[in-house]
Amino acid sequence: MNQPGRLERSSLGWLILIAAVLGGSAAAFAYTAGWLTPGRLTPDRMIAALTPPSGPPLGHRRNHAKGICFTGMFEANGNGVELSRAKVFVQGSYPVLGRFNLGTADPNAVDATVRVRGMGLQISAADGEEWRMAMINPPIFAVSTPEAFHDLLVAAGKKDPEAMKTFIAANPEFAAFAAWSKAAPWTGSYAEEPYNSLNSFVFTNAKGEQRAVRWSLVPTAEPTSIAQAELKKRGPDFLEREITDRVQSAPQRWTMVTTVADPGDPIADPSRAWPENRRKVQVGTLVVQRIEPERDGPCRDINFDPTVLPQGIRVSDDPFPAARSSVYRKSYDLRAAEASDYPRTEVAKP
Amino acid sequence: MTSVPHRFAPVQRLLHWLMALCIIAMLFIGVGMVSTVMPEYLPLILIHKTLGVALLVLVLVRLALRLHLGAPPLPVDLPPAIKLGARLSHLLLYGLMIVMPLLGLGMLWAAAYPVVLFGGIEIPALLPQSDRVHTLLWNAHVYLGLAFFAVVLLHLAAALFHALVRRDGVFATISPLPQRERMKPTE
Ligand code: HEM
Ligand code: HEM
Ligand code: HEM
Repeated sequence: MNQPGRLERSSLGWLILIAAVLGGSAAAFAYTAGWLTPGRLTPDRMIAALTPPSGPPLGHRRNHAKGICFTGMFEANGNGVELSRAKVFVQGSYPVLGRFNLGTADPNAVDATVRVRGMGLQISAADGEEWRMAMINPPIFAVSTPEAFHDLLVAAGKKDPEAMKTFIAANPEFAAFAAWSKAAPWTGSYAEEPYNSLNSFVFTNAKGEQRAVRWSLVPTAEPTSIAQAELKKRGPDFLEREITDRVQSAPQRWTMVTTVADPGDPIADPSRAWPENRRKVQVGTLVVQRIEPERDGPCRDINFDPTVLPQGIRVSDDPFPAARSSVYRKSYDLRAAEASDYPRTEVAKP
Repeated sequence: MTSVPHRFAPVQRLLHWLMALCIIAMLFIGVGMVSTVMPEYLPLILIHKTLGVALLVLVLVRLALRLHLGAPPLPVDLPPAIKLGARLSHLLLYGLMIVMPLLGLGMLWAAAYPVVLFGGIEIPALLPQSDRVHTLLWNAHVYLGLAFFAVVLLHLAAALFHALVRRDGVFATISPLPQRERMKPTE
């Protein structure tokens, strides 16, 4: 043994080293978790930006909060096989679950006040492999990056009119969306809207050939343009009533059209359309057969996370699907934890 | 010499260090991925799920080896309270190594997410969707994850204390370095 005095001094040195190792590890952990960098764009900050001043829609989705469930089939015509080896492109019929929705964080929004209409969709292959997506009716997205989307939410939430002007000056791509928002006709039905992926994904076929694509669900119903003022007279929930009645009288159909990018097309930027003349392949038909209210409906339990993809489809350089996946996960965590604020009625039944 | 081992068997040492590295990576990946919206989110969560399931398999192998091969005794001069603390913290570490991946899987099942690992390996769901179960498992995964990190730090501190301050041969029992037979006699 060393002399007591020497031992103590060298121990102290080691103890300090041990404390430094622990402190350093804890600091590295805290940094990784973002606790030291409040400026980092986290899913929590994105959700905070989506939250209206009146508070979060407890128990509901943090965006596209108002919606109604549907079920039906995806009838693949086989043309998609050339583009992707995803099983749901093999000619045949595959069950789908989906949700018509409005692009708002207010589950009680008046239908005629919400410009963006959306569709969540899940197609299941015979072996259960799933493809989920969430699409909207504008032909392009409002901004180029998830960061810009956050800035948009923050600016739009401010009372100061200068905030939007500053945002638009910094994000000129927003002009195309603003123009659509102003000029595009309104319709009286979810069944008359197209639903566009906007984000690009990569399809891989059996030969291993890869192509960047976007897709759209194009309605077979003829869209009828109706003034927004006219729609306001139809009541706050006219879209849900209309689609329920409409599907009850006949199944509603959309053609799924995939658009293949040419080299040089903006893959990573959903705010920029691809030229009209790009190759388009009709891969199948979505048939909506049944509508159910969200409260007890099957779409409630699903997160239409656009990165839940089958073999043969993967994300591209487009930064949105990853950001959306991260934020949708958090939104799902929250709304599931708040389920008692949006109680199911079926639970009460025996 | 008695038949009591004075070191962990090489395969136990290998597993200890392999798993230690992977678990530390899991903890950092876990808190990193849930705080980002960058494209790295997707590869990180894929690694998190795949490595997490691999670790579940490894811990079962490791426990079987532990029951079969045993462990070297702690130094006789270690105070009983510290010995108890060491045993309990090791039990806690084993418990967390088993429970964390199960919570991760259960949480995804209860949210109706398909669990797809690296290479497209799909793990079938053993739980139906349930808001209550998802919330319970999610909270447990988050808070036990943080507790896991705290226990690992404590374990690290204890190991360094044995290795640097007490120099009592405990670290040598699991040291990844080839054995320098015969510990240095007390200086
Ligand atoms: C970074 C950008 C975006 C953020 C932060 C965001 C945020 C959200 C959130 C929090 C939800 C609720 C998810 C849930 O609880 O299940 C949601 C739903 C939805 N989002 Fe996004 N979103 C983004 C981009 C997009 C884009 C580019 C599209 C369309 C192409 C889109 C279309 C939809 C649709 C249709 C839904 C409803 C899905 C459903 O019915 O469950 N979003 N979004
Ligand atoms: C995530 C990280 C880690 C985990 C989960 C872990 C887990 C464990 C467990 C369960 C034991 C008990 C073995 C048994 O009795 O069966 C053990 C022993 C040990 N670990 Fe770790 N460990 C980790 C990291 C570390 C690190 C970073 C060090 C050192 C710097 C370390 C040093 C030791 C030592 C010295 C022992 C032997 C204790 C004895 O002989 O009873 N461990 N570890
Ligand atoms: C040794 C095993 C594991 C450890 C140590 C671990 C650790 C962690 C940590 C620290 C977090 C961050 C929690 C937070 O701060 O919010 C996390 C999140 C997560 N982990 Fe794990 N994990 C493990 C295994 C798994 C497995 C096997 C899966 C799934 C197959 C999984 C899925 C997840 C998911 C989905 C999240 C995000 C939760 C959310 O916020 O929605 N984990 N994990």
